[in-house]
Amino acid sequence: MNIDTKVIEPDLSPVGLKGLFESFVDIVGESHVLTEKEQLYPYECDGLSAYKALPLAVVLPATAEEVCEVMRLCHKQNIPVVARGAGTGLSGGALPYEKGILLSLARLNQVINIDPPNRVAVVQPGVRNLAITEAVAHLGLYYAPDPSSQIACSIGGNVAENSGGVHCLKYGLTVHNVIHLKVVTIEGELIEIGGGGLDTPGYDLLALMHGSEGLLGIIVEVTVKLLPKPDVAVAILASFDDVETAGNAVADVISRGILPAGLEMMDNPSIRATEDFVKAGYPIDAAAILICELDGTEQEVKSQIILAQDILSQAGATGLRISESEQERAKFWSGRKNAFPAVGRISPDYYCIDGTIPKRELGNILVEIDRLSTEYGLSVANVFHAGDGNLHPLILYDANVDGEFARTEELGGKILEACVIAGGTITGEHGVGIEKINQMCVQFSRLELEQFHRIKAAFDPRGLLNPGKAIPTLTRCAEFGGMHVHDGNLPFADIERF
Amino acid sequence: MFIKQLQETVKDAFAKKIELDIQSGNSKRFLGRTPKGAALSIAQYSGIVEYDPAELVITVKAGTALRDINSALAKNNQYLPFDAPNFSTESTIGGVVAAGLSGPIRPWTGSVRDYVLGIECIDGRGDHLRFGGRVMKNVAGYDVSRLIVGSMGTLGIILQMSFKVLPKPETSATVYFDCSQVKSIEKITQMGLTSLPLSASLWVANKLFVRLSGSQAAVAKGLEIIGGNRCLDNDLWQKLRDHTHSFFHGGSPLWRVSVPANSAVAEIGDECLVEWGGSLRWYKSSQQNEQFHEYAQKCGGNAILFRNGDRSSDVNGKLHPVLGRIHKQLKKSFDPGNILNPGRMYKDL
Ligand SMILES: Cc1cc2nc3c(=O)[nH]c(=O)nc-3n(C[C@H](O)[C@H](O)[C@H](O)COP(=O)(O)OP(=O)(O)OC[C@H]3O[C@@H](n4cnc5c(N)ncnc54)[C@H](O)[C@@H]3O)c2cc1C
Repeated sequence: MNIDTKVIEPDLSPVGLKGLFESFVDIVGESHVLTEKEQLYPYECDGLSAYKALPLAVVLPATAEEVCEVMRLCHKQNIPVVARGAGTGLSGGALPYEKGILLSLARLNQVINIDPPNRVAVVQPGVRNLAITEAVAHLGLYYAPDPSSQIACSIGGNVAENSGGVHCLKYGLTVHNVIHLKVVTIEGELIEIGGGGLDTPGYDLLALMHGSEGLLGIIVEVTVKLLPKPDVAVAILASFDDVETAGNAVADVISRGILPAGLEMMDNPSIRATEDFVKAGYPIDAAAILICELDGTEQEVKSQIILAQDILSQAGATGLRISESEQERAKFWSGRKNAFPAVGRISPDYYCIDGTIPKRELGNILVEIDRLSTEYGLSVANVFHAGDGNLHPLILYDANVDGEFARTEELGGKILEACVIAGGTITGEHGVGIEKINQMCVQFSRLELEQFHRIKAAFDPRGLLNPGKAIPTLTRCAEFGGMHVHDGNLPFADIERF
Repeated sequence: MFIKQLQETVKDAFAKKIELDIQSGNSKRFLGRTPKGAALSIAQYSGIVEYDPAELVITVKAGTALRDINSALAKNNQYLPFDAPNFSTESTIGGVVAAGLSGPIRPWTGSVRDYVLGIECIDGRGDHLRFGGRVMKNVAGYDVSRLIVGSMGTLGIILQMSFKVLPKPETSATVYFDCSQVKSIEKITQMGLTSLPLSASLWVANKLFVRLSGSQAAVAKGLEIIGGNRCLDNDLWQKLRDHTHSFFHGGSPLWRVSVPANSAVAEIGDECLVEWGGSLRWYKSSQQNEQFHEYAQKCGGNAILFRNGDRSSDVNGKLHPVLGRIHKQLKKSFDPGNILNPGRMYKDL
């Protein structure tokens, strides 16, 4: 492995820091280097507020060139760098590192080019997900991946997390909808990954950057694919008397050859919470609902609606409603899209889990979640991207009750381990960050984790980018107990230098 | 048993610095730079491990013939939506993934890597590694499965992989128009901006062929909108995909130029064929190589010498120096002894 030996310790004395901050000011200007405590607090956490830390400084460059310069400086002085987009991440990925800087990409917020004939848009990383669709809507085009946080989250963050959305069963994740990136390496070099065409020779670094959680490089430009807006979209709202029947209905729809644009499921606690909040017209007595959206040409949707209705009734749906207008379709979705804040209203705090499972395990995993929920004495409301087997159990807790968050985290960990045992994974779309770092030891073997560290070292030999996130050290796994390490044989103990 | 033996072989090769030439169906021997090293076949490691149509997921061993996978999926009206070429009937799925080549449908449904969910492989140390999984969504750890797609066996010996599959479109129909290359690009670009159910395009010998796929109703409506002449050659797309189309006959160097779909037409090469809505352009040429790289770069794309010509040259072009450095370090991280298909992709990888 390529461990740099000429590493100098950064000078974090007051004098050293003063000099460092002045150098940042020279690059980005005085008002874009934040060093006072009150200025730093807004950046102390991302969407997972249970983890908080203050960085040495927040640096806000405005251009890719400024990012290069900041990185060159940090590399020279061995200052760790944590990138931050909009800070909506749910796994603590953008949690600051106390002995490093937080690099906010928020000022790189321009749509650089819209190219309708090639159906792509070139945008800076700080552009909000929804802003892309808004910028191209007048052309009848849109950007497909739609995380529920789309009004706020940045496209750079989407790439770094490989975010999904309710439409990714049909239209794919972020990785399927990006063709080119400009990335700044830890050394401060600007590289281009992917290209204007669809295939690029060499290793698929474009795929590797997706979901790399700010550990491999800083994304400074993203070229996204645009799709023509489907002529028609219709949503079916189906209700069920029990959750397992709803789970089986999902499998039926898919095995009969329908590929819905979205196929979402909510259980009764989630239904009640959202109905109180947004009045989406959900049946509050149903054990579960499915929202099944079909889109395409008018003819296509017409024939699929008939088929889907048929399948859902045969599968045991007790009620079926079909959206009659765009307004009604939006209403069906409003509940699902507001499920998290709605649950936030009924409980002082909630904790969102992001496991995935093979769809056939849906029934079993629900039983297991129910059992664990009783064991830990904490309620769970379930919201699923059912079509792709991605679960979002929301654990309800009260952070002000002593020990309740610790119990919540433990319950969350148990649910994820159950997902792995069921043949799934610990995170479908929210990333590992700091939150699921222990569960990585359950998901991967020592050899695989070592390979991850070597990949990291291929880009960032000194481990300066987002240290301590996403990939656990073997020491950490040994302490967690999820993995066995032989006779203190820890080849990468050196990585956790910071 | 097979895996254990294979691990032993690789460990031994690593220790003794023996270069390995990984083989399976050998339908793509012509691709990349000239293979070298001791032959190591994984063709016998074959079979469908798991396939549950309701999950839309299939897991297969690397030596499984592509045609066997396709027919198992077809029984359930499903398919691998990247439509990989079958350059011979021996094509195996391991080779498909290692080469990362997708067929005519690719711009509308996605590429091989888009549908790979997980990969098991043996790295250059002989370690057995598993990345990704059998579920649709997975962001735990770096996306090594997709990194391995298209790496031409230089990062690991692929043992097993899982794919997302999709329901097959109900029906397809093809029409053609007589038109120049310039006109064909205009026409297909225009179609791409609408919701027509496009699934393939081909321009060759002054004809533009367009395929529509989807429900009966949607295809019928689409045909009504675009007009054109019905194409009666049912094997057209298969011939294009598998390079049995007459354009691909003969031994002159064949260039594969990947550019933005709407790129200006260039008067280069002896003959040209365009697919993927304009974004993949094939040239047959007996002329200088440089012009293809220059043209591709000018358009923001790239060119590779796909078949024939000098296979010891930089057939995949040259990497930008920083990218080259990252490539080398990645290669070293998987294969420190540089024994897996050395030089197959780039001279020094
Ligand atoms: C209410 C709510 C609903 C959500 N719904 C969904 C959903 O449906 N689907 C889904 O997938 N996610 C969802 N999320 C999670 C979150 O919105 C996504 O992970 C999003 O992509 C994060 O983007 P961000 O700009 O906020 O990134 P941040 O939180 O700022 O950062 C996320 C990670 O990316 C890195 N990063 C950010 N920008 C860059 C860059 N330019 N270069 C390199 N690294 C970078 C950071 O270091 C960090 O590791 C939801 C979150 C909330 C709060």
